[in-house]
Order: sequence, then structure tokens, then C-alpha cells
Amino acid sequence: MRIWVPRDSAAKALGADAVAEAVAVEAAARGLDVQIVRNGTRGMIWLEPLVEVEQDGVRIGYGPVSPGDVPALLDGKMRSLGPVEDLDWMQRQDRLTFARVGVIDPLDLADYEAHGGLAGLRRAIAMTGAEIVAEVTGSGLRGRGGAGFPTGIKWNTVLNAEADRKYIVCNADEGDSGTFADRMIMEGDPFCLIEGMAIAGLGVGATRGYVYLRSEYPDAIAVMQAALRVARGAGVLGPDVLGSGTAFDMEIRVGAGAYVCGEETSLLNSMEGKRGVVRAKPPLPALEGFLGKPTVVNNVLSLATVPVIFEKGAAHYAGFGLGRSKGTMPIQIAGNVKRGGLFETGFGMPLGDLVNEVAGGTATGRPVKAVQVGGPLGAYFHPDQFDTPFGYEAFDRAGGLIGHAGVVVFDDSADLLKMARFAMEFCAVESCGKCTPCRIGAVRGVETIDRIAQGDADAIALLADLCETMKDGSLCALGGFTPFPVMSALERFPDDFGRQREAAE
Amino acid sequence: MPNPMPAPTEEEIRDIVAGQLHLEGPLLPILHAVQRSFGHVPQAALGVIAEALNITRAEVHGVMSFYHDFREVPAGRHVVRICRAEACQAMGADALAARTLEKLGTAWHGTTANGAVTVEPVYCLGLCACGPAAMVDNRVVGHVDDAKMDTLLSEAGA
Repeated sequence: MRIWVPRDSAAKALGADAVAEAVAVEAAARGLDVQIVRNGTRGMIWLEPLVEVEQDGVRIGYGPVSPGDVPALLDGKMRSLGPVEDLDWMQRQDRLTFARVGVIDPLDLADYEAHGGLAGLRRAIAMTGAEIVAEVTGSGLRGRGGAGFPTGIKWNTVLNAEADRKYIVCNADEGDSGTFADRMIMEGDPFCLIEGMAIAGLGVGATRGYVYLRSEYPDAIAVMQAALRVARGAGVLGPDVLGSGTAFDMEIRVGAGAYVCGEETSLLNSMEGKRGVVRAKPPLPALEGFLGKPTVVNNVLSLATVPVIFEKGAAHYAGFGLGRSKGTMPIQIAGNVKRGGLFETGFGMPLGDLVNEVAGGTATGRPVKAVQVGGPLGAYFHPDQFDTPFGYEAFDRAGGLIGHAGVVVFDDSADLLKMARFAMEFCAVESCGKCTPCRIGAVRGVETIDRIAQGDADAIALLADLCETMKDGSLCALGGFTPFPVMSALERFPDDFGRQREAAE
Repeated sequence: MPNPMPAPTEEEIRDIVAGQLHLEGPLLPILHAVQRSFGHVPQAALGVIAEALNITRAEVHGVMSFYHDFREVPAGRHVVRICRAEACQAMGADALAARTLEKLGTAWHGTTANGAVTVEPVYCLGLCACGPAAMVDNRVVGHVDDAKMDTLLSEAGA
């Protein structure tokens, strides 16, 4: 009998290791022949630790399971959730990038192949570099890290660059609050990222790859390192990728706690052993990237989506989505929600449906006050804007961004003035210092918001002006986008900024 | 009371640096390796690293001080990181952090008087659907409330 107990950090954070241990002990005590598989998470974090038991070839879910529940679970006396695949949360999704996450043993290459793994790489091996790049372009895939730049165009620039060495760099410095999709992929389906990077290497003619992985993710680092060893041993990586005659190998680089290194040029500086200061563009990293060589810098999700595009074809992928926002987006629902987790769906679902129907409203049961989409640099949305469909263009029009698709929900106890202040404070802590409007402006921003809090109405115009300066005068998104949360909080939740003043009057 | 680790010799530092020199862009891996061995990056290491990479000591200092992870002095025996990012704030992380700091009698980045625990802010552990989140050394914990935090702190000897 096979029993799955996730090894994903979110499951571990809720006690999965103790549950796995209890399953082993109790099964031995009962003389049961049990094989425990440590899978990734299905993404239903409110059910973690979610234990699955194989019954007649169907995986039946139980959760959340505590170690104390395990005897009842093994004796068939615990109430089940039914087949996991049939749960409403799973049924409502189109899982392309996350098809295997939570399903397979992350470090079992045979399990990976049995679920469609390596089919994309094998297909890519039979293609020319230009054909590979054209396939990615045809899929409509856009950078999943936040900027939404078409991946195929970036690859094409690197393909056409003349150089003795090119690089594939995976940006796994997922620092945005409310996002954990990169972590889930790396912990739950690491071969998928490796395969995507190998295809990228074949496509643009790069033989070396790096994953710049944040130090805050020790579990993801360990799984990725183990997966690299397995992949190398099986010839997926190395001097002759799956017998193609082409070399591609990669290594993990661990970050050092700087949020700004999620910006691609400061990431490259960090990898080169410098301070993670932003570089001016041009030159584009695609032409002069790591060590001055042409470099593809893509987010984890972009690269991990490449294998399914090659497995099922560009047209299949492009068939999902809305307008120019093609394909699916792994949306991460977080913060104060009844049901939080990862929900992959085609672009276009209204924000309100995600918050109210998928997530089931707040965990506290109080009314939703605000939703921040896209991490600490994303705008706060008011429930009045809940009809906004989830997509790059629609969110842009609504004065926000989808970023890395983290959706953080707040109930009515949230103070948006405090959140605006936090956005400025965070920018001040994490600024790399290159651009004055960001380095100094963020500090002045905190002070100005404090003045507003003390009832100084004149400071509101000053804050708006400061935000304009930061937006126009910063090289990267840290200084340039911090005005999104600040100004959206100010404009859409004016009561939080006027309360103290009224009280004073 | 910092970790009772003997001061590293120049020889030991040189060995660690040499092990990373084959990498492209070896400085961050070197700093991580030194910190892994000694619990911090001692001043004595800066000159050794600078010499090995043919850069100035000031440059090594500049890089080291840029990143939150690298320490000039050793931390306590355990490091407790409490997430301060928005998703955890939505679940009450601010109040949890304030009460924890008060209990420990220290500010952010401070170490308890007995040297057991250093407490640090962290901006996101990727546990945003089960906040408030914390990490004790490399062990992640979700849905942290006061009772859970008390258990973690007493396990860590605070």
C-alpha cells in the first residue's frame, strides 16, 4: 500500500514530518506493508498535512492530519475527503505547469518520466535552435516573474547573439510576499525546472545554467541539489544531454537575503560576486549578461512551463488564457483566507471569484477589506474592483499589476495607512542604493506617511509627488513600483488616511 | 554570549577559500562557506579573500555588508526568523513579533542574554498560505501563535 505524505515546506511547517514518522511507526506496529512517498504539495495548504492513501488505484485524501490521527487513518476510521483529484479545488484548475506537483515523488526520475517528463526535452533535441525558440514564441509564454516580457523574444535575442559562451540563468529569488509557486515547483517537481533549462540551453546555444536560489528556502535548495545529482547520473545533464551530442550542465547559487537580487541585473551582479546593485539597461542581459556573455534570465515558472509547451505543443498552451495573456497562471492565494494555496488556471478569472469562491473569503470570517496582488510592489485592490479579470493588460488598466500572481487578502481589521508605511519601510530596507529617489525617497516616504498619520493633511500632496519622483526616477521595479501599494492604499482607502485628522479636529 | 567557537586560523580560512575558487563568480559561495564553518565572517577572512580574488579588502567588505545574511559577529546558538511580510501581517504577524521581542527582552537582530537565541526579521519564507510563519535555524513553522512560539523558544533554550 502506498501512502503519500508531502515534503513541501508548507506541509512540513504544519507538521508533515511528524505525521510521516507516525505513519511509519503505526504501520510497522500493525504489520502493514506500507510504502511512504514524500511528494510535493497539491497546493491545498489549508488541508496540509494532506495524506493520501492508495485504494484500488485511486488516491484518497485525508487532512489536515495530525500524528494523533494516524492510528485511525490506518485502521480506516478517519473520515476521508474522497479522491483528491475529484476535489472541487483540483477540478476547477487547468494544471499545466503544476501537473506533476503533489502527484509524483520529486526525486524519482522514473516517476517523472511516467507522468510526461522528458518528452518535451526529447522533442526539442530533434529540433534546431531556431525551431525551439519559435515554439516558445508561438506558445505566447510571457515572463512569469512579473514583467510579463515575451519569453520567445528574449530567447531569440540570445540565439542570435554571437559569443563563445552563453548562459541560462534561472531567477529563483522569489521574494514577493504572497508567492510560493517557485518554491512549490522546486520542492515538488525539480526535474521540470531542470528540463526547462536544458531546453532553453539547446534553444539558444548555451551550455551552462545557474539557478539563483534564495537562502530563505533551505528545503528547496536541498531538493534541487539532490535533483541535479540524479539528473547528472541519468545523463539528462552533462556533456551529452540524453544522447543529443550537446552539452548542458547547471549549478545552484544561493542568494544572501537581498530582495533586490530578484531584479535580473542585480541578480547577475550578485552572481558575479558583486554588491547586488541594479545595472542600467542597455546593454540587455540577453546580449551582455552573466560575466558579460549573452544570458537568458527567466523566472522559475517561465522555465518550468517550457517542458509542457514542448510536450503538448505551443498551440495547446496558447489555447488557454485571455487575449494577449496566453496560457495558464499559477495563482497563489495567501494571507487571511479560508482556503489558501496554489490555483493554476487560464488567465481571465475575475479577482472577486478567486477571493470569494476559490479562497472562500477570510480565515477570520470578517469582511474582505483589501487584496494586494503581485507582492510588496503590487497595488491594493478594493472589493469594488473585484470584477477585474486576472491578466496582464486588465490589471494594468485597473492601476495594478499581477507580478508573480500572489494574491494576499486582508480583512477589515487591516489599516491601509500602516500597509503603505510598510511598503516604504520595506523599500528603504531593501533598496540597493543606486537610485536616489528609491534610496532616499523611501526613507522620506516613511516620514511623510507618519506626518499624515499625525493629521498633517498637507503631507498627502507631498506623498503623491514623492511617489511620482520614485516612479520616474528609479531604474528598477523596487523604487519604481513601491508607489503602487502606497498610492493605491491612499486613493482607494482614504478613510485610513483621514481618520486621525478627523479625530483631531 | 556568542557561540564558543575558537577563532579560525588564516590557514583554515585559506583552505575554505581555495575550495571555491574554481567557480564562476566565487565571492558569494566563499562568504557562505566561511560563515557555514565559523558562524560568521571574521574580519581576518576579508584580507585572505581579497588576496585570493585579487580585489581590495574594501570590495570584499562592500559585498559582505550589502547582504543581510552575512554576519560580522556570531549569532546565538539558534536563530529564530519571524516573517514580517504582508501575507503574514494579514494573519497577525506584527503582534506576534512584538510579543516575542518583548518576551526575549531584545530588539530585532538582538540575542538573548543567555546567548541561546538571535531573533531576526525575514521578508517571506514562502509560507504565505499558513502564516504567521517562522523559521528556527532551518526548520519551518506555520500558523505560529503565542503558544507555538513559546514552545519553539523554550526548545531553543531562550
